[in-house]
Amino acid sequence: MIELFGKHKQIEVEIDEFLDHIVEGGLLFKKGIKFYLNHRLEEFEQRLSEIILLEKRADDLRRNIETKLYTKTLIPEFRGDVLGLLEHSDAVLNQIADTLVEFSVENPETLSDLNDLKYELAKNAIKASEFMVKSIRCYFRDLTAVRDNIKQVHFSREETNRIAEKYKRDIFSRPNLRLSHKMHLRYFARSIENIADDAEDLCDRLAIATIKRYI
Amino acid sequence: MEWIYLISGLFLGWSLGANDAANIFGTAVGSRMVKFKTAALVSTIFVILGAVISGGGTTETLGQLGAVNALAGSFTVALMAGLSVAIMTQMKLPVSTSQAVVGAILGWNFFTGSPTDYQKLIEIVGTWFFSPILAGFFAVGLYYLAKKYLGSAKIHMLQMDAYTRVGLIVVGAFGAYSLGANNIANVMGMFVFASPFENMSIYGFFNFTGTQQLFLIGSISIGVGVFTYSYKVMTTVGNDIFKLTPILALIVVLAKSLVLFVFASQGLERLLISIGLPPLPLVPVSSSQAIIGAIIGVALIKSRENINFKIVGRIATGWIITPVIAGIMCYVALFFVQNVFEQEVVDRSIQPGISQTEETTTIELFSTQTTTNNSIKHYQVYLNNFEGNLLANPELLDN
Repeated sequence: MIELFGKHKQIEVEIDEFLDHIVEGGLLFKKGIKFYLNHRLEEFEQRLSEIILLEKRADDLRRNIETKLYTKTLIPEFRGDVLGLLEHSDAVLNQIADTLVEFSVENPETLSDLNDLKYELAKNAIKASEFMVKSIRCYFRDLTAVRDNIKQVHFSREETNRIAEKYKRDIFSRPNLRLSHKMHLRYFARSIENIADDAEDLCDRLAIATIKRYI
Repeated sequence: MEWIYLISGLFLGWSLGANDAANIFGTAVGSRMVKFKTAALVSTIFVILGAVISGGGTTETLGQLGAVNALAGSFTVALMAGLSVAIMTQMKLPVSTSQAVVGAILGWNFFTGSPTDYQKLIEIVGTWFFSPILAGFFAVGLYYLAKKYLGSAKIHMLQMDAYTRVGLIVVGAFGAYSLGANNIANVMGMFVFASPFENMSIYGFFNFTGTQQLFLIGSISIGVGVFTYSYKVMTTVGNDIFKLTPILALIVVLAKSLVLFVFASQGLERLLISIGLPPLPLVPVSSSQAIIGAIIGVALIKSRENINFKIVGRIATGWIITPVIAGIMCYVALFFVQNVFEQEVVDRSIQPGISQTEETTTIELFSTQTTTNNSIKHYQVYLNNFEGNLLANPELLDN
């Protein structure tokens, strides 16, 4: 009996730890973007290496959780949903890390007057991922709160899209910028936007999974 | 040699174990919430406990319907009940062992000219209808309770999984106990009046009556059925009527077990009488019918459109066909056993003047102390047309 509850508790802790990694990844991303926009590249690279390490740890943790859920035949009727949620949330963390890697590799030439807007864009995208994590935690513990958090994810995603559109309109309305530069900046805005989109896609899955959990 | 006659009862027990354990642990094992070995072990232990400790109540009721008093008769009744169950299962018709046994006993009554207590028969048939309804009500009540308390408990999904696993085993144990207590009458009830076992006293402290020995053997055969064949039933019996999650399975099994328990518990009967309420009859009810009632109860409030009413209709048809087929088969088989194999299917020395009167007399012999082993015997002897026969047959007091 103690072994049974201990086994469950251990995986519960690992799931929480995995979700913590996603939140931590979002915070590092925001810091990284801020440093990049302020040309503090050394600190940016430091954040980048931290987030890469974090992503790897999250991957290992996810695989470990998935293996345990299957080998120990835990939560049989919800296992598919939980694995789907963990994989999709891992994909959100990957998107966060990949975007920061792209900043480091491609070194986009940012426009200083649009820095605030770009940071605002990153902040909203990460907000969506944070609410996504909250809603996943609620899925495990408190089903009644899932819906509220999913609503917040939708709102943050819409806000991200709105800011991204504004940013893109602004850069494409500047006649003195090269088209290649405009497209490059648009690509980065799109990449940040994808974080929020992925978070929203996961929440659509989550909404269905939540209905299945009601007895 | 008398032992050989018990084989048909043991076959019936094996069949009951193979089929009815699936009602208790089917979803739990099918969904891999509980390992089969655990389920089989818990089922076997608790079926034996239920049968030996509380199996007497329902057996008395079957005895009142028809006291099969010759071993060859008991053998035929049990064999035909078991065969009719097997044939109907082969034809993929849902079947209840309880109904097959009642049908077979009625077949014996008609063949031997023994009186049928129609009031008892109405009581038994009434429970066939009442038990699924009661199970449905229990299931609905338990469902609302679970929804209210589990919804607000904010327990982590994984912790809930652990609790559900423990719950399924505990409720399964209760279900197995109730099954043993309620359904042992189906397996060994027809042998009670022709029991080949003598009463035993273990070191003068513990009395083990012939009936309890009979129930022990019957319940072991149920256990063998659980271990040898129920895994196949558990994994192939799907959620035909309504898809059950492990928590719903827990609710449904608990509701079913409560029904089997209330129709088997002599303690509950005494309690109801002591507080001035009418007691529920102690009748072997079908665990399959009870579980179907519980599933439909939950399905009706959860999502009505997902109920497969075609299957429900098929099941209801089986309820009518089973006793009729078992009765006819038993009647025909008794004819052959008596006239072709020349076996005594009714002991008329115990039941003289069967056809003269149908009055059933109940005698309770409490606290009959024997000077040899200083033990206390509690017996209820049901005799048809008792008057004038008890003194002529003193062996009845010993059995």
